[in-house]
Amino acid sequence: MALAIGCRAKPGKSRDNKTGSWRVFKPVFDKEKCTKCGLCMTLCPEGCIHQTDEEFVEPDYTYCKGCGICAEECPGEGIAMQQEEK
Amino acid sequence: MVDKTLELFDCGHRACGGCGAALAARLVMKGAGKNTIVVSATGCMEVFSTPYPETAWKVPWIHSLFENASAVASGVEASLKKQGRSEKIVILAGDGATFDIGMICISGAFERGHDFTYICYDNEAYMNTGIQRSGATPYDASTTTSPAGSCSFGNKRPKKDMPQIIAAHGAPYVATASIAYPADLMQKVEKAINTKGPCYIQVHAPCCTGWGFESEQTIAIAKLAIETGLWVNYEMVDGKVGKVKKVVKKPVEEYLTTQKRFRHLFKPKRQDAEIAAIQAMADKNAEKYGIEIKLKKE
Amino acid sequence: MLEITEGSHAVAEAVRLCRPQVISAYPITPQTHIVEALADMVANCQLDAEYITVENELSALSACVGASAAGSRVYSATTSQGLALMFEVCFNAAGMRLPIVMTIANRALGAPLSIWNDQQDSISLRDSGWLQFYAEDNQEATDLHFIAYKVCEDHSVLLPAMICFDGFILSHVYEPVDMLSQEDVDRYLPAFTPYQRLDAADPISFGMYATPEYYHEFRYEIDNAAKRAKEVIKKAGKEFNTLFGRDYSAMVEGYRLDDAETAIVAMGSICGTIKDAIDEMREEGMKVGLLKIRVFRPFPSEEIAQALSRAKHIAVLDKNISLGAKGALAMEVRDALYGSTIPVKGYVIGLGGRDVRKKDIKEIVSLAQKGANDQFYGLRREVL
Repeated sequence: MALAIGCRAKPGKSRDNKTGSWRVFKPVFDKEKCTKCGLCMTLCPEGCIHQTDEEFVEPDYTYCKGCGICAEECPGEGIAMQQEEK
Repeated sequence: MVDKTLELFDCGHRACGGCGAALAARLVMKGAGKNTIVVSATGCMEVFSTPYPETAWKVPWIHSLFENASAVASGVEASLKKQGRSEKIVILAGDGATFDIGMICISGAFERGHDFTYICYDNEAYMNTGIQRSGATPYDASTTTSPAGSCSFGNKRPKKDMPQIIAAHGAPYVATASIAYPADLMQKVEKAINTKGPCYIQVHAPCCTGWGFESEQTIAIAKLAIETGLWVNYEMVDGKVGKVKKVVKKPVEEYLTTQKRFRHLFKPKRQDAEIAAIQAMADKNAEKYGIEIKLKKE
Repeated sequence: MLEITEGSHAVAEAVRLCRPQVISAYPITPQTHIVEALADMVANCQLDAEYITVENELSALSACVGASAAGSRVYSATTSQGLALMFEVCFNAAGMRLPIVMTIANRALGAPLSIWNDQQDSISLRDSGWLQFYAEDNQEATDLHFIAYKVCEDHSVLLPAMICFDGFILSHVYEPVDMLSQEDVDRYLPAFTPYQRLDAADPISFGMYATPEYYHEFRYEIDNAAKRAKEVIKKAGKEFNTLFGRDYSAMVEGYRLDDAETAIVAMGSICGTIKDAIDEMREEGMKVGLLKIRVFRPFPSEEIAQALSRAKHIAVLDKNISLGAKGALAMEVRDALYGSTIPVKGYVIGLGGRDVRKKDIKEIVSLAQKGANDQFYGLRREVL
């Protein structure tokens, strides 16, 4: 790809950087406990938690850094951080 | 009404896991919407979001230098005015860029009354360069240029009251906010964007790396800052304070013990005089802004 | 139309005719008259521009960066201390490839503080990536603004440009200037078409940072753009000549140089004095000539080597000094002549507004002919 004049770029390329590889702990979402409040979606610094068709939530593990904020803040204690086996 | 489901700050950015500033960027963009041009200062947010060619910004974005975001934004505003365009301008700058090096440009831009919204993400030190003190660093916080040591308790000066300085320039809307209260933050951003003239929002954005806490605690610590009175969420419309976030006030110790940057106040020895001094600052805030919910005695 | 006008006012009028959308202004002697004249034009509805009275020069250029990136043709003016204060923004503007045009009313840099003319200020930014034009007189100063916008905005260049004209000596002096009409300028300089701009309809991130994997190549590309400017300058200058009868296609210009045995090389208003001195020396049978450098960046190496190839002595005059080394022009001319056996001497002259007279030029010619070493010319020994 030719160098962009003035060191500029169009949107989209940050997704080439798969920050999911940074994780040590992985958030695991329990549908039984989920009240669909959406707080985890709001508070994720990556913005990688999205709603599924059934309106439950799911992180995009390609980008999830495993920071644990969603687990800490979930009002229903429906998210658990588990050490990931790689 | 802005579409708050839009993600205008994309995945793949290089902020630390649990970064308060990254969350602030996401939430600010939800409050601002697509029709925004972002002017960024040098700092953590600029660096973790734009290593060429990987940009996380899905709106037009410009970074020039550390101190001049307000001046660059002034130029963008003038150009848009001349071209008859409708995009809103949002400046995103850290506390270092805002409280210190950017003061001259900020003062000029606010004095001239340009139409933009200035958002300072306040993580209370120069984080991108490895945690050095800024004018926003709280009293007694340990940073690499105000380290705690055998003859120092850390940062010697209280936090500069930047919102008041901006209000003194005649800004029509000034507010403080926190990532702990995302709906409030987004609402304030939307209000500022739709207020004509130069508006300012200072967003508390705890930094797990710089303050020394586990990444999952970011929101909890942001809440504690408000609950102890060390950070006050409020608005100033034409200089008049209102919409203060009221709390059942907690002692400052509950906040200070959560972070390594204040550890020296407790270990190896408890520093009562210092803790009392910090409590006094919190109490002064409480009184000045009227933050306390007084529970009725049974 | 021919008018007798102050240099600053001629420049302001030229800028007005270029239809800038955003002007940022901060006062500093001796350019203040330019921004004052522009303010007057805006206030009297003669110039439809946003005029930002910034709080310092760093903000002046930063505002230009923002406005240019957003898609406007922009303008500012400064000198000396103000230019030094915007040092980092200068490098930034060139690196961001923004076609900003700025007038420099050349003035000495402090300390010691001086408001008078020399060329230290713009010369000290020769590394920045800005194109640099030096005007001999107010006609050139005026015309070079039209040419600079046309060259900078060319999509194969996209670099900012400084038009340098000597403070007080040109800026505050009344000279006859043939001013183009608005129709003339509109014909020559079309509306600004940015290569890219900040636009919510087509978002782009401007001013990202470059890691070691990319930075080296970005700088190479900027250097290439500066070098490509040579052809664009030639073309723009030639077109100017076709339309208006004044030829700016050459980056350097010889005056009685063809058969000169001693060649003087110089930039700026000093060339006017040199030409008069040369005429007098020629009356006495001396074969002296001048090579005027009108474009300093990109540096016209080949053109200089070619023009000076027949001289027997070369005297380069510098109204600047790279402290601890030599005058900048002398060092670069020597580099252009590398491999040649023609002796090149450099004389630092006229710093801080010290007057340069015809007899000084004649004495310098004599020094060069005697092979006198590089030196500060004209030191007042009695005050040392």
